[in-house]
Amino acid sequence: MSNTAIPAGRIIRFALLSLGALMILAPYIFMISTAGKTQSDIFTAALSLVPQHFYFAENFAKAFAKVPMATLLWNGVVVCGLIFFFQVLVAIPCAYAMAKLKFPAARLMMVLVMLGLLVPIHATALPLYVAFDRMSLLNSYTALVAPFTISVFAIFMFLQFFRAMPDDLLHAARLDGMSELGIVARVIVPNAWPAVTAFAIFSVVAHWNDLYWPLIVVSKQAYATPPLGLMYFRAAEAGDDYGALMAATLIITLPLVAAFLLAQKRFVEGITMTGLKG
Amino acid sequence: MNDRTFRRSLWNTSVYTAIVAPVSIVLGLGVALLIEGEGRARGFFRTVYFLPVASLIVAMATVWQYIFHPTIGPLNALLSLAGIPGPNWLGASNTVLYSLSIIGIWQSVGFNMVLFLAGLTAIPRELYAAAHVDGAKSALDRFFLVTWPMLGPTTLFVVTISVTNAVKVFETVKMLTDGGPNKASEVLLFTIYQEGFVYLRVGYASAMTVVFLAILVVLMFLQYRVLDRRVHYT
Amino acid sequence: MSALSLRDVRKSFGGNAILNGISLDVEQDEFIALVGPSGCGKSTLLRILAGLDHADSGGIIVGGKDMAPVAAADRNIAMVFQSYALYPHLTAGQNIAVPLAMKRLSRSQRLPLIGALLPGQKGIRAGISRDVREMASVLKIDQLLDRKPGQMSGGQRQRVALARAMVRQPSIFLMDEPLSNLDANLRVHARGEIVELHRRAGVPTLYVTHDQAEALSMADRVAVMIGGHLLQLAAPEAIYNDPAHIEVARFVGQPRINILPAVADTGRVDYQGVRLALLEKVANGPVSLGIRPEFVKLAPDGRSGLAGRIERVEFLGSEVIAHCRLDLSGDAVVAKLAPHEAMDLIGGMPVGVLLPSEQAMVFGPGGTAAAHRQYGRHTAGTGLCLASRLRGSSRMPPRFTGAAKAARPGCWRHRQSCCCCCSCSCRWPLSSFSASPISSSATASSASSALRTTRIS
Repeated sequence: MSNTAIPAGRIIRFALLSLGALMILAPYIFMISTAGKTQSDIFTAALSLVPQHFYFAENFAKAFAKVPMATLLWNGVVVCGLIFFFQVLVAIPCAYAMAKLKFPAARLMMVLVMLGLLVPIHATALPLYVAFDRMSLLNSYTALVAPFTISVFAIFMFLQFFRAMPDDLLHAARLDGMSELGIVARVIVPNAWPAVTAFAIFSVVAHWNDLYWPLIVVSKQAYATPPLGLMYFRAAEAGDDYGALMAATLIITLPLVAAFLLAQKRFVEGITMTGLKG
Repeated sequence: MNDRTFRRSLWNTSVYTAIVAPVSIVLGLGVALLIEGEGRARGFFRTVYFLPVASLIVAMATVWQYIFHPTIGPLNALLSLAGIPGPNWLGASNTVLYSLSIIGIWQSVGFNMVLFLAGLTAIPRELYAAAHVDGAKSALDRFFLVTWPMLGPTTLFVVTISVTNAVKVFETVKMLTDGGPNKASEVLLFTIYQEGFVYLRVGYASAMTVVFLAILVVLMFLQYRVLDRRVHYT
Repeated sequence: MSALSLRDVRKSFGGNAILNGISLDVEQDEFIALVGPSGCGKSTLLRILAGLDHADSGGIIVGGKDMAPVAAADRNIAMVFQSYALYPHLTAGQNIAVPLAMKRLSRSQRLPLIGALLPGQKGIRAGISRDVREMASVLKIDQLLDRKPGQMSGGQRQRVALARAMVRQPSIFLMDEPLSNLDANLRVHARGEIVELHRRAGVPTLYVTHDQAEALSMADRVAVMIGGHLLQLAAPEAIYNDPAHIEVARFVGQPRINILPAVADTGRVDYQGVRLALLEKVANGPVSLGIRPEFVKLAPDGRSGLAGRIERVEFLGSEVIAHCRLDLSGDAVVAKLAPHEAMDLIGGMPVGVLLPSEQAMVFGPGGTAAAHRQYGRHTAGTGLCLASRLRGSSRMPPRFTGAAKAARPGCWRHRQSCCCCCSCSCRWPLSSFSASPISSSATASSASSALRTTRIS
């Protein structure tokens, strides 16, 4: 904002940001410290951050013993990966057609996309559940993935991105003899990476976190996603063993945080370059 | 539709949305503006504020439950140090909704911040230069002259996302309160889930789903009107 | 007192020097064009003037007052940006009103919503909108006042940007390539308009452009900046006819000046047997010979001049550009000819290239040394000149370290008749050249003597 920032202003700004950051980080700090505490530590000294007896190993062991961590994380990766893959696969050609091809129903489809943008899975959960039940597909990856393969949000996002692409690029590709599908595969997709990374975070965060739909269609541990597994663990362990709970929480939170830290620069770039900025 | 549970959950959802959406939007904008002006530590702060978005909310809800714990939680321990008797955050019907709101805000500030940051970088530097030359001396003048109007489209997007996300709150409720105590934290999605998939009252749940959809459609319609009136410029 | 003075302004970004000590005076009513290739630092200089950037060292004095501690908002310097930087959410009228609102309304009155309720602001706002309408009618944009920038053409936006800059009667007017986003026809038209507006308003103006045609046609004086150095500040005619530096000669003129490598030897310059006798003592060694394309003549029969070959002929309507290559040296020479002179010329044909030595400029070795001096002078009748820029000559008093000082105020106003003369005679004894055959010694004759060559055939 201010180009001529006086030192005092900078100090205030830095202090404000640090204070906010501390509030954001507080849960993580407590999570890590509690994961290393014994039951008695937890009950006596809530505010001491450094555990009196280092109990990390025991808590982690307990978490790994009680929760099939590997299965949970694997399920999470498979489900999120499949959802993301199919979403992109469907959304890119759709968005391309709506952004760059002219056909009679284009405007109507645009309205439908706008409508679809706000109808969440929760609204259609009941009929979907009944349908999966009839097809005996409950407790399967299909049930976890299928409802999300068409993401209206993805179409909307790619649409914005493609609109900004120069038409001349496509004209050139057509003159070079490419088919419409060839254009999508060889011109659009390689250029859509910023949008894809940005969408990846939106999609993965949403589905990695989703508890609602897995709770409905999955009742077996074998197909449980991380949130569901964590819920089972809590239910089974009568909520008060916070040491083990925090250890489990830490393990389950870590992969996505790590992935984000690696991708965050491209993510911000992606958001900036897609239409989200308006 | 006159069911008390339903009205209760509709009201709770409204209160939750009315708290979480505006606060997280304003804080998100504020943090984005502060970070934009920050130099070296910019990347660090951006990462920190975005951390909750990348964390598993179900998992972090557990952490919050510990923090909010009335007897062993650090928050009440801190309050008692200051001589304030801490409330039973998630356990009392008059505070539970606010406690959930705090978690909701904590979770969504970073997301809004990143969207605003993206919007800020898209503002041409020359407009700020023009504002300086035109005599906009204070940061506040430049904010109202350039930043705020230029962020219009971003703000609209952030409002849309924030409101819908707040209306769709489910995970924290399911994990932490199960709608309690005494239905004080029943929210729309939780009620639909409870009626449809736990008590298997499908007709009732379907009716509520229709209302839920109707609310979202009305919201979208309002936003579309605003979008439409907004002048698009090149 | 100058309206604006820059004193040895320096700026570097991350170790790269962008501005290497720029000194410049702008007089009241003066229109100065700051021209140079992109990246030469001219926009940075403008931003420093406006207060948007800070110089590392040096002074900016406006109306006798040091501007260094003054914020951009308080300098009363108006600026037109290359992209116009109109606020896209405001109408043209609101855009023009911004500087007035910032100046006349109090801070609380400017606040959105609340401001409109405060007492006393109604009258001020009425005054502002009156001034805006007045400004709009001067620039003939009355009918645009309710439109937003997105609904206007490039030319209309440019006018609104001009109006916004002029409405508050600034003490200095800065323009950063304001015409570069317009199409060619409109640009030529807008040039005239800006000059006319400047004449009427009488506000000292600094106009940045990379387009030499704009600079030469609009400005009272042209400042040529290359690589962070101000190489010459003089009237357009002097810049073109009497460039103080080889880079200035290269930058100004379309097509580019022919620069040929020559050798100075005991007072003579020799290029391929073409000899120029110099009276000034020139250090022996390589020098550069500059001849503008319009002075190069071609002899189709090839019997006179240096033997060469035409590589390509460009027909441009009112003129013809012939690209030649000399057989002996392999140097490229470009000739600008009138169509009737070029009727028989075709690519590939052998041709004699005539390089009239009285039109030649001589530049010494060492491209960007800070000191430069001109010591050839023109013959009054033909407006020709010979400038030589030589490193290490002790002719020039040490205080002349920048071209900015080459032209004195006062001279430029009379540039039609005597600018060149005053700018050099006032500090510089006119050097003389003698027209002399090789055998005769070069002796001083008069200030207006031209330089003659003898071709060794």
